[in-house]
Amino acid sequence: MPTLLTFPKGGVHPPEAKGLTAGLAIETMPLPAELELVLGQHIGAPCSPTVTRKDEVTEGQVVGTVTKGLGVPLHAPAAGTVSALGVSAHPMRVTTPSITIKTNREIAPVQYSRQEWQGLNREELLQRVQNGGVIGVGGAGFPSHVKLSPPPNNPIDTLILNGAECEPYITADHRQMVEKSAEIVEGAQVILKILGISNCQIGIENNKPDAIAAMTEAAAKLSTPQAQVTVRPMQVKYPQGSEKQLIQAVTGRKVPGLALPSAVGVVVHNVSTARAIYDAVVLGKPLYEKVMTISGKGIARPANLLVKVGTRVSDIVAHLGGVTPQLAKIVMGGPMMGFAISTLDIPVTKTTSSVLFLAEDEIDTSEHSQCIRCGWCIEACPMGLEPKEVGIYVEAGRAQDTGQFGVFECFECGCCAYVCPAKRPLVQFVRLAKMKAKR
Amino acid sequence: MIAISQQEPEAPEVAAPRGIWKVSVSPHVKSDESVAKIMWTVVACLVPPLILSVFIFGIQTLIITAISVASCVGVEYVTQKSLGRKVTIGDGSAVITGILIAFIIPPGVNYLLPVLGAVMAIYIGKHLLGGIGYNIFNPALLARAFLMATFPVAMTSAWLPPLQDLAIFSYLGTSIDAVATATPLAVLKTQGMAAFTQQFGAAPNVYTNFFLGWRPGCIGETSGLFILLGGCYLLYRRYITWHIPVTVLGAIALLSWIFGGSGYFAGDPLLAVLSGGALLGAFFMANDYVTCPTGRKAQLIYGLGVGALTVLIRLKGGYPEGICYAILLMNPVSSVLDNWLKPERFAPVQGGA
Repeated sequence: MPTLLTFPKGGVHPPEAKGLTAGLAIETMPLPAELELVLGQHIGAPCSPTVTRKDEVTEGQVVGTVTKGLGVPLHAPAAGTVSALGVSAHPMRVTTPSITIKTNREIAPVQYSRQEWQGLNREELLQRVQNGGVIGVGGAGFPSHVKLSPPPNNPIDTLILNGAECEPYITADHRQMVEKSAEIVEGAQVILKILGISNCQIGIENNKPDAIAAMTEAAAKLSTPQAQVTVRPMQVKYPQGSEKQLIQAVTGRKVPGLALPSAVGVVVHNVSTARAIYDAVVLGKPLYEKVMTISGKGIARPANLLVKVGTRVSDIVAHLGGVTPQLAKIVMGGPMMGFAISTLDIPVTKTTSSVLFLAEDEIDTSEHSQCIRCGWCIEACPMGLEPKEVGIYVEAGRAQDTGQFGVFECFECGCCAYVCPAKRPLVQFVRLAKMKAKR
Repeated sequence: MIAISQQEPEAPEVAAPRGIWKVSVSPHVKSDESVAKIMWTVVACLVPPLILSVFIFGIQTLIITAISVASCVGVEYVTQKSLGRKVTIGDGSAVITGILIAFIIPPGVNYLLPVLGAVMAIYIGKHLLGGIGYNIFNPALLARAFLMATFPVAMTSAWLPPLQDLAIFSYLGTSIDAVATATPLAVLKTQGMAAFTQQFGAAPNVYTNFFLGWRPGCIGETSGLFILLGGCYLLYRRYITWHIPVTVLGAIALLSWIFGGSGYFAGDPLLAVLSGGALLGAFFMANDYVTCPTGRKAQLIYGLGVGALTVLIRLKGGYPEGICYAILLMNPVSSVLDNWLKPERFAPVQGGA
């Protein structure tokens, strides 16, 4: 076993809770009766619909495009009829514009076949990524073709694929690395060709030995001198999947301030984004399906599901046999950084990697008390900040003075609030501080 | 935790159940540590020295501790009630303060002293400054300083010689004046090494006795062994780190060795660490979360400061024992040190803040 990589400062190791789904093969969820396609799937401008009510759509048809600004098109995940251009519930924005498609289950799903891509040039490949609607599906939702066009003044030498999956419960990337390892490696090779480099490192945490084995095998089989893919096992430590921490773990390089990874010659993509790029470029299949982990003690049957984008959480719940009486909290995303939702009528998006149904004994609802200045948050913070000070300032009504503590460097990983013995909502304090502090 | 009420948008009927679920900002999982768990663990670590004190000085140590704890908890309850704050006596912090006040007063004092100490520590030292987390000075040490100023005779003379036959009730009802003795550091300071050796024995017997706790001193400070055991358990649980205890004791040992003897480098570092409240202070008071710095580098400097001031007071000050005032003097420096030695930021934003 090679030495395990990790980042040096901060981090926590919450109970992994991945056992509920780690061994379950990816299962395809049956097509629901309706899909709600949120128009703002990614960072940047939301899509404008290119269809109207009562239009017939086919699987993979473009139904929304970005007319100005940064973005990628939106595709119909299944054949059917547009039933409404309305609003959907959203975990962060409360409501958001969307297209509702009444699906037609009579029409057989489209079969995609392999297309030649080695002969394509960089622009053609980028066009396929963009046309395929590919965004960073790991959570950030940044349009991938933009990330693949780094500023020319920063030479890139390394592609890192993020297979850390450091959030508890989630096993979607894990299962894809086990079951779709060849596709991920080929997707990485597409990215290498676009970037014009030959070195790809895949960082995978050591709690996924089967994924490390499968990916190592696929990498060994498919690697060429022009497209070398190497698997790098890492220690199990949250938040290793965070871009800056991952880059430091794998390459030892530190991305400064608000700079992009390209500043240190690195481009990072999630393993599932690499697979989406494979689908878009090699199969010509746009991104309209997503592997997600449905887990927790609050759901009757935990699973790793291949779900159409736009499927409502309520349909997923119905498919998995409903919720259990212990259900106390529903979280979209991981338990450390995900958003709690208050209704099941929320559609999943391209960036949803999990929906967790958590029982009372899996979450923490204790009341918070005054800061005892134990300093554990300072030890835990991977960014070297002082979360306790931010909390004390916010409570004292001085949120505007928290810039000195580097609140804008905080990416809200939640390590501080996780370790806090006084159970203080430090991430919430930081968000309040960010709203009021002067940059 | 903030609850968000949200209008459900019109949606078609679904088979899934509807319900009220909890909503809060992430993270949704938290470690199973809590303030109460930390505090009660510290209390548990203080129980062995307390039990031992009964066998060294008699049952009245238990009575004094019980009065002190009850007073601290009672004062906290009354204060929080009267200030309209949430009552937090269950978190164990007032219990710790109570035990520590008893631990750092002589075993022969009047039972009124721990009550007054509790009022000083909890009412003035803790809650008037904002409650747990906001006090500048260690409450228990503030109580000791207050009692030293108001009852100087009792606080500097109510020492009892250790029991030889485990007759734990023998001091009850006897006049303290009849049996009172002096502490080793006081003997050393006022009468010199020869008198000290005559009274407490020579090495290595004196080390053994002091390490086990059979010497005059405050109720809970005498047993180096039991304090070390408790401290090591807290280290093992990662509730405390080595930084403050090691620097405090290291500075005391080093400076006592250099300056504590008749010439330079003639002092006895082991004796310096085993006498007075050095060990109790280093493991249970100097590193009190609230009043010590949070940064590791700041903690090292703070620890060295406590150690150096302790030796300075012991050798040059008016008192034979100095760690109480040394910690109190360093307490307000904590936030200054923390402001000076900020943690190294991973990626400071240029021109930001």
